Amino acid sequence: MQTTSLDATLGALSDPTRRAILARLAQGEATVGELAAPFPISQPAVSRHIKVLTEAGLILQRVDGTKRPCRLAPHGLDSLEDYLETLRRGLEKNYERLDLILAARNDGASPIRRK
Amino acid sequence: MSKLTLDTDGDRYVVVKRRFAASPEAVYRAHTDPELIQQWMLGPEGWTMPVCQCEPVAGGKIRYEWTNGEGGGFYLTGEFIALDPPHRIEHVERMHMPNPTPDNHIVTTFVADGGGTLMTMRMTLPDAATREAMLATGMDRGMEASYQRLEGTAGWA
Repeated sequence: MQTTSLDATLGALSDPTRRAILARLAQGEATVGELAAPFPISQPAVSRHIKVLTEAGLILQRVDGTKRPCRLAPHGLDSLEDYLETLRRGLEKNYERLDLILAARNDGASPIRRK
Repeated sequence: MSKLTLDTDGDRYVVVKRRFAASPEAVYRAHTDPELIQQWMLGPEGWTMPVCQCEPVAGGKIRYEWTNGEGGGFYLTGEFIALDPPHRIEHVERMHMPNPTPDNHIVTTFVADGGGTLMTMRMTLPDAATREAMLATGMDRGMEASYQRLEGTAGWA
């Protein structure tokens, strides 16, 4: 179950380097050094990106001797938060409209067509 | 202030609760009368439901078709399982995008509550693959674009 916030997920995905790191990890586990190789930025900078992705629940890092290989979190991108938030927004809109319909009926000024 | 609560129940169900300032009879009718459904079950702004078929009897068919007026659209089909007016509706539904999602089993109850109605809707939580299909998150196209797209496809019926 995803427990990180939608904001954290969206924030983590907002950066092109982090999206590229995720794309690389979609092909399989990789060390920090391997992840840093394609980018013209320092390994510490890549490590900071990895920290953001880890805190957003998108990737997992394990310890293997001196290495810290990364992999995609199994449910990091399964969008439960996105789904529930989108569902909530749609339902809230629906029920606000339904409130108006019900209120109109109560007022006797119903726009509802009777059968 | 939002009066709606939405909670997961385990990893299989979503429970939505909402109060309405109307009788259970009125709220139940708004959930089963096609002419009323067409006026509110529309999701985000900008969508309409040009086709609304709803036969509120056991075994009765449901078909809702939405369009955003810009070529975007999808539809939902379903069947009623059991109805107990004005207290309870049990039905299954699936989205077609255009491939059908797994059946979503939904029980909706309406209980008189302080002069109004407390509605409780318990629905199946789509599995991860279905959620991903619904959200169709295209990371390369940016989250904002995905957000705009997913607004039309999250199953707010």
